[in-house]
Amino acid sequence: MNKIKIKINGKEYSVNVGQTILEVAKKNKIEIPSLCHHPDLEPSSSCRMCLVEIKGVKDLKTSCSFKVEDGMEIMTESPRIQKARKTNLELIFSQHQEECSDCVWFYNCQLLKMAKKFDIKINRFPDRKTNRKINQCGAIIFDQTKCIDCRNCVEICPVDFLEVEGRGAEIGITESTAENKECINCGQCILHCPVGAIEGLGEFEYINDPFKDKNKTVVVQFAPSIRTSIGEEFGLPYGEIVTEKLVAGMKKLGFDKVFDTSVGADFTTMEEAGELKERLSKNEKLPAFSSCCPSWVKFVEFYYPEFIPNLCTSRSPQIMLGGLIKTFWAEKEKIDPKNIVVVSIMPCVSKKYEIKREEMKIDGMFPVDYVLTTRELAYLFKKNKIDLKNIEPQVADDPFGMPTGAGVIYGASGGVFESALRTAYFKITGKNLENIEIKEIRGLQGVKKRELKIGDLTVKTVIVNGIRNAKKMLEELKKDPKAFDTMEVMACPGGCIGGGGQPVPTDGEIRQKRANALYEIDEKKELRLAHENPAINKIYKEYLTSEDIIKPIFHTKFSPKKKTPIKELKNSRETEKL
Amino acid sequence: MNEIIEKIKESGLKGRGGAGFPTGIKWESVISALEKRKAEDKNAKAYVVCNGSEGEPNVLKDDFILENYPEEVIDGIRIAMETIGSEEAYFVLRHDLFEKHEKNLKKIIGKKNIKLFKKTGGYLCGEESTMIETIEGKERKEPRDKPPYPTEKGLWNCPTLVNNIETFYSVSLIAAGKYQHERFYTVSGDVKKAGVFYFPEYWPIEKVLHKTENFPDEDFFVQVGGGASGKIYAENELVQEVSGMGAIVVYIISKTDTKQLMKKWIEFFYAENCGKCVPCREGVYRIKEILEKEEISYEDMKDILFNLRESSFCPLGKTVAVPFESLIEKIIEKHE
Repeated sequence: MNKIKIKINGKEYSVNVGQTILEVAKKNKIEIPSLCHHPDLEPSSSCRMCLVEIKGVKDLKTSCSFKVEDGMEIMTESPRIQKARKTNLELIFSQHQEECSDCVWFYNCQLLKMAKKFDIKINRFPDRKTNRKINQCGAIIFDQTKCIDCRNCVEICPVDFLEVEGRGAEIGITESTAENKECINCGQCILHCPVGAIEGLGEFEYINDPFKDKNKTVVVQFAPSIRTSIGEEFGLPYGEIVTEKLVAGMKKLGFDKVFDTSVGADFTTMEEAGELKERLSKNEKLPAFSSCCPSWVKFVEFYYPEFIPNLCTSRSPQIMLGGLIKTFWAEKEKIDPKNIVVVSIMPCVSKKYEIKREEMKIDGMFPVDYVLTTRELAYLFKKNKIDLKNIEPQVADDPFGMPTGAGVIYGASGGVFESALRTAYFKITGKNLENIEIKEIRGLQGVKKRELKIGDLTVKTVIVNGIRNAKKMLEELKKDPKAFDTMEVMACPGGCIGGGGQPVPTDGEIRQKRANALYEIDEKKELRLAHENPAINKIYKEYLTSEDIIKPIFHTKFSPKKKTPIKELKNSRETEKL
Repeated sequence: MNEIIEKIKESGLKGRGGAGFPTGIKWESVISALEKRKAEDKNAKAYVVCNGSEGEPNVLKDDFILENYPEEVIDGIRIAMETIGSEEAYFVLRHDLFEKHEKNLKKIIGKKNIKLFKKTGGYLCGEESTMIETIEGKERKEPRDKPPYPTEKGLWNCPTLVNNIETFYSVSLIAAGKYQHERFYTVSGDVKKAGVFYFPEYWPIEKVLHKTENFPDEDFFVQVGGGASGKIYAENELVQEVSGMGAIVVYIISKTDTKQLMKKWIEFFYAENCGKCVPCREGVYRIKEILEKEEISYEDMKDILFNLRESSFCPLGKTVAVPFESLIEKIIEKHE
């Protein structure tokens, strides 16, 4: 790559061409404040905080959008820059009604950090948006009283559900009222909002609800991707594996049992591999789509109902495990399932919606009662003074405490099908793959198209993350229904490790580190094939003995969906439970 | 070098849309951008856009030129198309100018590939990148970040030449060897003979006022460049050349309530700003709020004006500061 020489604050740097000033500064640890900039998005240059001076250029320029050129001399600090940033920050604060104790950025608020740095009066200008609307749409709360109009949410929304309305100071972000637009609860808007104007349902006012009935057995399960992300909330490096510390923390919180959703994922793998085998060998209902991402499922049900038959009917790992807890485990432990509370810790806000889907009920009971996001669990830990960094590790409980590596990699895009294909290969050929690492379907690219050999079969498989990419694939299928045989879709970039319930900030670099750590766990596991997990084989053998038992716990159905009404809330704490 | 560009450069012509960028250099950069594109794709295109979307209050020259010299304007556009090698031009007209001149212009355009485009949206759509977004049919009419400039990446990302009506008119005269280094001046406000006048360029303010018999006999100040974004000059500064869009608005001090004047300006910018960037969206809102109070906080106002000037995304926000800062400095603080 071409190198050029530039100067920042008088010091010379040799840098690659094509980068923005902000990117170069970040790499060289030169701090430039920025708010609306997010590496996932094209720069909008709207917050005007990252202004710099460039020698020979009259105006101040935004470093998020201005690219470095050979010989460029940049100043990132000066009284002129300082004054402009300061007033901009004061003006931004006047749009943002603070509600710091109930905010996804609580412990990591960029606004407050900047306020201290620039020593501003945050209330120099009175809040002007206190009467703006707070709306709930499914599992997402859109709070206009905090919005600073950067439009990151509008840009990131994969279904164009969010729109900019009005002009000038009357501008606002609104949820689409169009009958053909629907929020799919992916929560990417939450991760990309720099000021916490969007949050998940119940964040953070319902976090104590699971514990309110003292007479019940409260069981918690945690998703694969949590173990490599929650450490960030406690100052640990990105991608730090904290599985056992996490278990210990949850035990300390008072959960009676701590189970691992990755074991649920092993069950999902078994079921899905069975479906894949069936569909591929009979050449029916192809291409087969993964269905463990509830936002993807909702996207199909609302926007492309003609593809509903393509979705695999296997339930998602948390629902399978929840179902087993309230049936098999309840029987085994002799507890009335009505007295069991199942809580899932998920990287996802859409899972809050998934657990309330009527068709999930088993004997009139929902398999899972509460979903808390990674952020909410971290908040609970902090409120209870549990420091994940320094806690004594513990292991998860039997019989759902020991997943295979296959169950852990579910958290990264490609992981679900890698697990399913490892087992499908066995189911189809009777042998295990020689090399079980299907590396060609790993990685954070939005679309990965591969041809895989399973015995005599050549399977054209597509791995997708991001709903915009999924849409392209569905359009491709409309033109050529045989374009491929299987498709895994995760709504969030990179899969669940980039989920809408994950810690902020989340960006490409962070997603990569969280994903790498999941593969590292898999690599170190002795058991890496779902069909070789003795714990689940035992349950299949002893309890899941017939289709009549398996079906209601492990399979589901889908139906076309109508638009969810948008509800106006009195305040952000009085959300309507789903 | 191209003969016509040579002539334009010799004439010293600067864009008459307000920013005053040297016309010859602008044309050259479109040509070199197109050459670069053609090296990669021999079908690469370039566009010419004539900006007739004048939204600045107290500037009346566009209508005047279209009324009296439409042939020259179209001829200027034709010359630009031929010179830079563009096969398609857009002539953007403010909606009322469109209604009024459409028929006549169509007749003059004849078979030339110059499309008349009725401006949708407000003041900001006169800003070149916003105008390009408008022609492209974008729903939200907002400016683009620069660089890249339209000369390099303009309409549908092709090299694009955007010039004002008067600039094309002047080019036509230059090509015909009739250019006398003159320009249009609009005089309005507290004067007896408001109107559009044609005099040599770079005349001092006082000379224009005298020649048009508009020099007031009472204490006054003027706003030069436009009735919203123009700069204020006090009576002792009238030797200054008339710049920008060539408009002079006269205010007799005894008849002018400066607070009302500022309110009028800010109402204009409040209605016309797009809301994209913080300084403009929030700053204009706060100035409006400050002016609605009985006592004006000049400390807040000055900080916000500094911020508008230094950190706005596009020229609209930057120019908001111009009239306010000059009025406060030269008139309000002097008379306190």
